[in-house]
Amino acid sequence: MGKVILGNHAVSYGVLVSRVQTIAAYPITPQTLIVERLSEMVADGELDAIFTKVESEHSALASTIGSSSVGARAFTATSSQGLALMHEMIHWTAGARLPIVLANVNRAMAPGWNIWTDQNDSLSCRDTGWMQVYCQNNQEVLDSIIMGYKVSEQVLLPTMVSLDAFVLSHTAENVDIPDVKLVDKYLPPYKPEIKMDIDDPRSFGALSSPDNYMEFRYKMQEAMDKAEDIIIKEGKEFERIFGRKYGMVEEYRTEGAEIILVVSATIASTARASIDSLRAKGIKIGLLRIRVFRPFPVKDIARVLLNKKKAIVIDRNISYGKSGIFFDEIKGAFYNIEGEKPKIFGYIAGLGGRDVTPEAISDMVNDAMRKDKPEKDIIWSGVKL
Amino acid sequence: MKHNKKKVEINGASNMPDMPASLGSMASNKTSSWRNLRPEIDESKCIKCFICWKFCPDAAIDFIDENTPPKINYDYCKGCGICAVECPTKCIEMVEE
Repeated sequence: MGKVILGNHAVSYGVLVSRVQTIAAYPITPQTLIVERLSEMVADGELDAIFTKVESEHSALASTIGSSSVGARAFTATSSQGLALMHEMIHWTAGARLPIVLANVNRAMAPGWNIWTDQNDSLSCRDTGWMQVYCQNNQEVLDSIIMGYKVSEQVLLPTMVSLDAFVLSHTAENVDIPDVKLVDKYLPPYKPEIKMDIDDPRSFGALSSPDNYMEFRYKMQEAMDKAEDIIIKEGKEFERIFGRKYGMVEEYRTEGAEIILVVSATIASTARASIDSLRAKGIKIGLLRIRVFRPFPVKDIARVLLNKKKAIVIDRNISYGKSGIFFDEIKGAFYNIEGEKPKIFGYIAGLGGRDVTPEAISDMVNDAMRKDKPEKDIIWSGVKL
Repeated sequence: MKHNKKKVEINGASNMPDMPASLGSMASNKTSSWRNLRPEIDESKCIKCFICWKFCPDAAIDFIDENTPPKINYDYCKGCGICAVECPTKCIEMVEE
């Protein structure tokens, strides 16, 4: 069923058709509409789930961990400061190997207090063992919730689905809401092998000594390795049933390209328009959108960027004292790979929700085209000096 | 990875569960080995107030019935001594193991 809905409500509908059984809710701008709509769905009997109002984001995820531990399909949502407050439980979720899906509306961290989009909130969770998906439109937001459960429940690692504040969260787009019976064919009920069960008592999260802690961490990395193949496999299966294709990355006009623009999230939609106008001027440029950040798509990046002259990475985030985070990860991914490597330019743009316009993207591309090689790891786009 | 009440030996990642959950249960994990001091109740002085039973942080003191002094479960008592401190008649003595 096609419906014009906000990105936040695309999350709510994704949760509805995934037959989520528990939702823990604590409000924060710009996330609140997600759980608000879910509370209505539960109150109206549309969604058979337990809706719990909690006193903080830390409790929201702790409560979600509890539900998931007893074998429920569990969901929560947050943003920015809320995600930061969850951080202890973020590590716990992955370490406990719980297939929770969390929607994070990418919002800049304070201070200065800011409710608009950038990625430093979710990228601060990079090393926690969560899979991370960055969406470019509301349809992908809904679909990523469904696929998130499908992948998470196989590899037993949680998924964070991120959508840009306001650019998606409060923007209405036409979205196909798949029939729940069709989703049932794709996403079977969650049946964990080990769960909290009074008839089969166990200790959970108990002491893990130097004698066995490392093996648990080894198994998390093993699961991340496996996750890449499962994301690709389940993306294909999703396409077969629903007709929409998702992978680790998305390419646009990369054939015959000498320069590749690398972006994530909603900057990709704008960048496609920029690519079209640059191509019309005869510039051999294509686009690579990183959709899944964890596990990191090293193979796809190497396939697309090797033997190209230049790569231009736009980061709506920054690791202070280093560079843009996607830029840094892409550069690092190449180091031990054989082949002709491109010169990689790293631009920081759009922090705190500043618009990344087609003009700004063209300026970055023109700047990189003028230079033989990047002089430094950070090139600021549009900063007022 | 079937759960049973027996002690489970782990050799490495290949026979470990994915999550840090015990394969057995607390039935096989007797935490009393941590204990240095053992609480002993002098039943002749016990007034059956059950304050020790309420305060035990490990639920290692068993309630039998109102007319019987509570019984310490030495399989799980870690010897923290809270019961001895809280006992109003001081009938619980901490004895070295």
